[in-house]
Amino acid sequence: MAMIEIKSISKWFGQFQALKECTTQVDKGEVVVVCGPSGSGKSTLIKCVNALEPIQQGEIIVDGIRVNDPKTDLPKLRSLVGMVFQHFELFPHMTVLDNVSLGQVKVLGRKPDEAAENSKKLLHRVGLSHHAHKHPGQLSGGQQQRVAIARALAMNPICMLFDEPTSALDPEMINEVLDVMVELAQEGMTMMVVTHEMGFAKKVAHRVIFMDAGAIVEDDKKEEFFGSPRSERAQQFLSKILHH
Amino acid sequence: MLSGFDFSVITASLPFIREGLLFSVKLTVIAMTGGIIFGTLLAMARLANLGPLSLAATWYVNLMRSIPLLMVILWFFLVIPLITGTPIGAENSAIVTFTAFEAAYYSEIMRAGIQSIPKGQVWAGYAIGMNYWQTMGNVVLPQAFRNMLPILLTQTIILFQDTSLVYAIGAKDLLKAAEIAGKNYNRPVEMYVFAAIIYFVICFGLSYIVKRLQQRIAIIR
Repeated sequence: MAMIEIKSISKWFGQFQALKECTTQVDKGEVVVVCGPSGSGKSTLIKCVNALEPIQQGEIIVDGIRVNDPKTDLPKLRSLVGMVFQHFELFPHMTVLDNVSLGQVKVLGRKPDEAAENSKKLLHRVGLSHHAHKHPGQLSGGQQQRVAIARALAMNPICMLFDEPTSALDPEMINEVLDVMVELAQEGMTMMVVTHEMGFAKKVAHRVIFMDAGAIVEDDKKEEFFGSPRSERAQQFLSKILHH
Repeated sequence: MLSGFDFSVITASLPFIREGLLFSVKLTVIAMTGGIIFGTLLAMARLANLGPLSLAATWYVNLMRSIPLLMVILWFFLVIPLITGTPIGAENSAIVTFTAFEAAYYSEIMRAGIQSIPKGQVWAGYAIGMNYWQTMGNVVLPQAFRNMLPILLTQTIILFQDTSLVYAIGAKDLLKAAEIAGKNYNRPVEMYVFAAIIYFVICFGLSYIVKRLQQRIAIIR
């Protein structure tokens, strides 16, 4: 059953066409990795799924809800879709605990103590129980990104979007974030992940999408993608990032 | 030269001067509070894509910033009674005028403050399901306000100095009180010097606070 359906979407920034008739889908419980060279439109694609970026053509359906229908309650839809950003985007003026609790209180209408209890559980899950009272600026990048994952999970999302979650991290912090993501994937979370971490893709992805110049060039089962990608462009890309 | 000064008139007129000072402070506090609230709304209207409303906000801000304050004070004083049908008094007129006028200046500060917050913060607010007002109120404005606090206070110091212009419509502020006291005792020079000292002490003190605040905010970042 499809959780996210992306049907022939196109998007322009002014004259520049950022997405060209992209079509794909993510089934319930599936982990899909999106990769490709920078500027290929992968971050734009993932931001269209929860309507942070509007699209001009095509259609996106998340759990049966038409995302680009003007009548759709976008805040409601977004509360169902967790999102993790490249630069964490924690709220710097709040404590870590309040970062995780904010959405629960404002959007889900939970009582503040109830939300705080739940936030503590989630922080424990990402291994940050002892940092609840700190401000994001006092944490390392890897810790901040784990808080961001906890913040997204606090809304009980039906699926999760990751927009290059480890690209802004120092190498030694990448694994602590990937470990949390692997755990999520193994628990059966539906995930769409923009990343260049091919180790992560090999470990937990079901499918790999390769994008180039705003188009989906390759959309294969993981085994086929890493075995023998059909397009020359994907072959080149893979040989470049795997041969280090 | 100072030997000719008669400082006893200052002590004699203190209660009168205090009344004027209290009005100046009251006018400043109300205009600052109202100006920041309306100014923030104006800034939000300008930054959101709201068509006519954004355009109206832009025009309002540009209009207010292009007319000398003294003219706005006089104009409001003459026009408001025509609209409401009853005179509202110089003091009330001054409060309305300053709130409306300062809103334009505070709105430019808040606009810069809102624009200083990265787009990703807004995305993060939206992504957890908050709507525009929730994202503004919980994420963008608290940070914008903190970033702009020193500039907002600096504007308030200017505002406090500018309140002296209300003497033109006869509102009894610090300057007007000093002028009246000076005439009563036939000692205008002493009274104007005294008023100037009060303005200086308050503004200099506030400037010092702003400077300290700036250093503290710089550390937090």
